[in-house]
Amino acid sequence: MSTGGGIPKHADLQTPLKRVRGWGSSKSGTHHFVVQRITAVALIPLVIWFVWFVLALSHADYASARQMLHNPVQALLMIVFVATTFWHAQLGLQVVIEDYVHATWLEITSQLLVKFLCIIGAVASILAVVKVMLA
Amino acid sequence: MDNTATPVLQQNQRPMSPHLGIYKWQLTMTLSILHRATGVALSVGTILLAWLLIALAAGADSYRTIHMFCISPVGLFLLAGWTWSLFFHLCNGIRHLVWDIGWGFEIPRAYATGWTVVVASFVLTILVWVLALQGGAA
Repeated sequence: MSTGGGIPKHADLQTPLKRVRGWGSSKSGTHHFVVQRITAVALIPLVIWFVWFVLALSHADYASARQMLHNPVQALLMIVFVATTFWHAQLGLQVVIEDYVHATWLEITSQLLVKFLCIIGAVASILAVVKVMLA
Repeated sequence: MDNTATPVLQQNQRPMSPHLGIYKWQLTMTLSILHRATGVALSVGTILLAWLLIALAAGADSYRTIHMFCISPVGLFLLAGWTWSLFFHLCNGIRHLVWDIGWGFEIPRAYATGWTVVVASFVLTILVWVLALQGGAA
């Protein structure tokens, strides 16, 4: 039963590209929502660990700070935390830009910039952790 | 009625959705806005996280530079802000996840969980800073 009136669904003559350009879901509308929640759930225990880690760091000198990330378990948790955090941040910033930036060129530019920066930040952080762990 | 047949003139005269300024202040909307604001602030904070890890890998001099920044007045102010933002976003994020499974939409519950988030975020922030400043390290 349709509430929208007389036009049945199969009579939609828009091409998929046309539908996407109308900012419609193009059949993947829940993906962003779901991944945002998955990363959020993962971040609950990870943030608790991270707060403990930073607290320990605040009492540590350089050598003992390196020693902490020399431990593979701590390094693993830091890598997972960093990857999940940058991923979650990118998903959130994407929606903020979608909501508030309305000039098309500025929106596309800022969306790309945020994605690139998040990937560079995550990879740089992970490389740093690996370097300390293997040192 | 067929929406596609609505004349353009009539569409333009439809009532607009009221914007923020028309509403009386409410806790729930404040927390909603703060969830976004702290999320953006924490995204900026990831720069410090990346800097910290890179400095740790780069050597003692780089680590001393970020350490000096963190214990400077500006650094401490930013760290305090990020600590509260992190705990607020964490607590309110859990509140959002609980909504996602369908619990807590009733107005009194939304207010009770909202105030719980506010109190918890400040208590956890103070607790962490007390623990961090204990023992004279900074």
